Amino acid sequence: MSNLRSLRGAVAAAAFSLVFATGAAFAAEDLSIMVPANPGGGWDQTGRAMAEVLQGEKLARSVEVDNVAGAGGTIGLAQFASRPGEPDAMLVMGLVMTGAILTNNSPVTLESTTPLARLTSEYEGLVVPADSPLKTIGELVEKLKADPASVSWGGGSAGGTDHILAGLVMKAVGADTSKLNYVAHSGGGEALASILGGHVTVGVSGVGEFVEQANSGKLRFLAVSSDEQIEGVEAPTLAESGVDVVLGNWRGVVGSPGIDDEERAALLATLDAMAATEAWRKILSDRGWTDAYLSGDAFAEFLKEDDARVVQTLKDIGLVE
Amino acid sequence: MDLLTNLAHGFAVVFQPINLMWSLVGVTLGTLIGVLPGIGPALTIALLLPVTTKMDPAAAFIIFGGVYYGAMYGGSTTAILINTPGESGSLVTAIDGNKMARKGRAPAALATAAIGSFVAGCIGTLLLAAFAPTMVEWAVKISPADYFALAILAFVSVSCLLGRSVLAGLLSLLMGVAIALVGIDGQSGQARYAFGEPSLMNGIGVVVVIVSLFAVAEALSLAADPKARSEEITPLKGRVLMTREDVRRSWKPWLRGAAIGFPFGALPAGGAEIPTFLSYSLERKLSDHPEEFGEGAIEGVAGPEAANNAAVAGVMAPLLALGLPTSATAAILLAAFQQYGLQPGPTLFSGDSTLVWSLIASLLLGNLMLLLLNLPMAGLWARLLYIPRPFLYAGILVFATLGVYGASRSLNDVIFMLVVGLMGFAMRRLDFPIAPMVVGLVLGPMAEQHFRRAMQISQDDWTVFFTSTPAGPLLALAAILAIAPPLIRRWRRRSAQTAPA
Repeated sequence: MSNLRSLRGAVAAAAFSLVFATGAAFAAEDLSIMVPANPGGGWDQTGRAMAEVLQGEKLARSVEVDNVAGAGGTIGLAQFASRPGEPDAMLVMGLVMTGAILTNNSPVTLESTTPLARLTSEYEGLVVPADSPLKTIGELVEKLKADPASVSWGGGSAGGTDHILAGLVMKAVGADTSKLNYVAHSGGGEALASILGGHVTVGVSGVGEFVEQANSGKLRFLAVSSDEQIEGVEAPTLAESGVDVVLGNWRGVVGSPGIDDEERAALLATLDAMAATEAWRKILSDRGWTDAYLSGDAFAEFLKEDDARVVQTLKDIGLVE
Repeated sequence: MDLLTNLAHGFAVVFQPINLMWSLVGVTLGTLIGVLPGIGPALTIALLLPVTTKMDPAAAFIIFGGVYYGAMYGGSTTAILINTPGESGSLVTAIDGNKMARKGRAPAALATAAIGSFVAGCIGTLLLAAFAPTMVEWAVKISPADYFALAILAFVSVSCLLGRSVLAGLLSLLMGVAIALVGIDGQSGQARYAFGEPSLMNGIGVVVVIVSLFAVAEALSLAADPKARSEEITPLKGRVLMTREDVRRSWKPWLRGAAIGFPFGALPAGGAEIPTFLSYSLERKLSDHPEEFGEGAIEGVAGPEAANNAAVAGVMAPLLALGLPTSATAAILLAAFQQYGLQPGPTLFSGDSTLVWSLIASLLLGNLMLLLLNLPMAGLWARLLYIPRPFLYAGILVFATLGVYGASRSLNDVIFMLVVGLMGFAMRRLDFPIAPMVVGLVLGPMAEQHFRRAMQISQDDWTVFFTSTPAGPLLALAAILAIAPPLIRRWRRRSAQTAPA
């Protein structure tokens, strides 16, 4: 199918170039976005949403989305980094990629790419099933302090955002992080089933994954990981509950290694324009993503800081030597 | 009564001419990708998502539903005709289906698969409409310990797939488990048996292994054996699709397959494969002709095919009622709902959402269309077997390679395919059964991950497997199934020896 698609893309591009051969009005020409994960997940949705807006708003003539899945995104990263100097290529990435690079001993790191922008963020929520004896985040903290191993955490893949948040919470309350009892699941759905079934003590995942269940009274939010309370979620933030942690599962894009300043500026201009459109804002609100747009040098700076924090957490919970 | 009114609303939407056309598009596309090994419904729907953003949501879901069901139909066609399951849910179908095809009974095998899928798909969809919300309440209570017990039960019950030599069968099974261990471990996040090679970290896909073991190995055996090349196979015998006898032997397996498949699909970690294994071994146990199994028993096609389609309907239950995706395809359907600003869950189902009911109505309609599309085609498909086998298999190799490469766009997968294909060829030559390997590949990781999850939650207290229900009774049942038959045989032999004296 992918072959067909690129063929179709090529035909479409050819047709377009005939039509627009005389003075195209696009900010960028033909962009390609690599999604280092399978279709359907958060990175894939981000990449496809970008393509939709960039094309729909005529910010680019064509946008090809390419999935190269595997090993927490590091296979896609390695492939992306092996083609330096491509001025129209972008790679979707985010918080979890840092962890995957470390746990998989990836030979290629994000340092060999050109940071472009952070686009979205999804905050995390801590939940318990409706019939859980834990009523507040305070009670969970007490339980963690008394017997850290007795609290089983249900969330997504090992080393991912959910796991990192569990580690950060343990550390913030002063519990022994090596006793973190984390039960990894291969996807949000599987984790949700474990939480609803009461098989784990507390569930941790993106707030959006729990809202529907919380509204229908099957789950109870204990806290959210944002810096301010989230509209529509009746729960305090971790920070205001005495657990000094703020963590967003952010997603962004990086450019090909070794592109020059002018090429980088051109991509950033396209992204700036995209983030400002009404269409992009509508997608954000439809998907429940928080706008976390941060581009250029500010993003590069953020990436460095965030990286250091993730590395430390993964060391604390014993996933990385 | 609510159910009927809601369903009527759904049909009112689906029977609009434009939506009938979309349904036809969906089922045709689904059948095509089902026939192509490697490319599954998940990838197809993901690629369709951006195309459908501007469409009416109901129309988009009518297409998606058609693709999902259609892929299950298409998968059985290749399994029967060329001994290559297009999807992992059709693995068991290949065992007896292909034997039937070689005996000139391809139309009967295709017909029993098509009708069985239709019957089970309809039953499953109706159960989905009626009981989804209550069923999922129960399904989430199944704990990791219970899943582990289920996997063990499935392991034991597929021992009949092991073939003539138990030792060779077990070896094949364990090889499958070993292949499944390659890649990043779910619980610790560490890579196992990847030898630092990034492309191995994602593990080796079940579909890649299936395609290699069946299609590639079959083509190699054919090339290596001149006798096989000239072997006469009778593609078509008789004129009717199914004889009265065929129908008599098929209808019960259809119903039993549906009964096994639906609840498994609805389990958050159930899937479409295990019910096909269980259905096959159940039919063998209940059959008057157990000796025909493995040689072309129609029950061995009817039951599993019904089971995998009912499982697909089952998968929809947790998706719609809880927003719980339990398969890759369901995860993408969830993304599709969110694309339209809808969040599946309790409120979506109990509310008067026309969308959900038109989806359910379209599943029923898609099923009917697939039957009408596939039944007359059965004789036509079977004519494929008139193609001289060297040409046929050359074509199969091309399509298998395209499918495997197209699904991941990774040359590594093509290399795996050739390596595993060579292995499959060696296994055929040495008379090792192939099906157990795929069973190990599917069940092994499931048993392992759930075992470790259960141990993690219980803080390494292994008694959890015996104290929790239904894990304890299921394990006991598995133990009885494993130990009892040899004991009974020994006891019978003994009494036979002592009786004449």
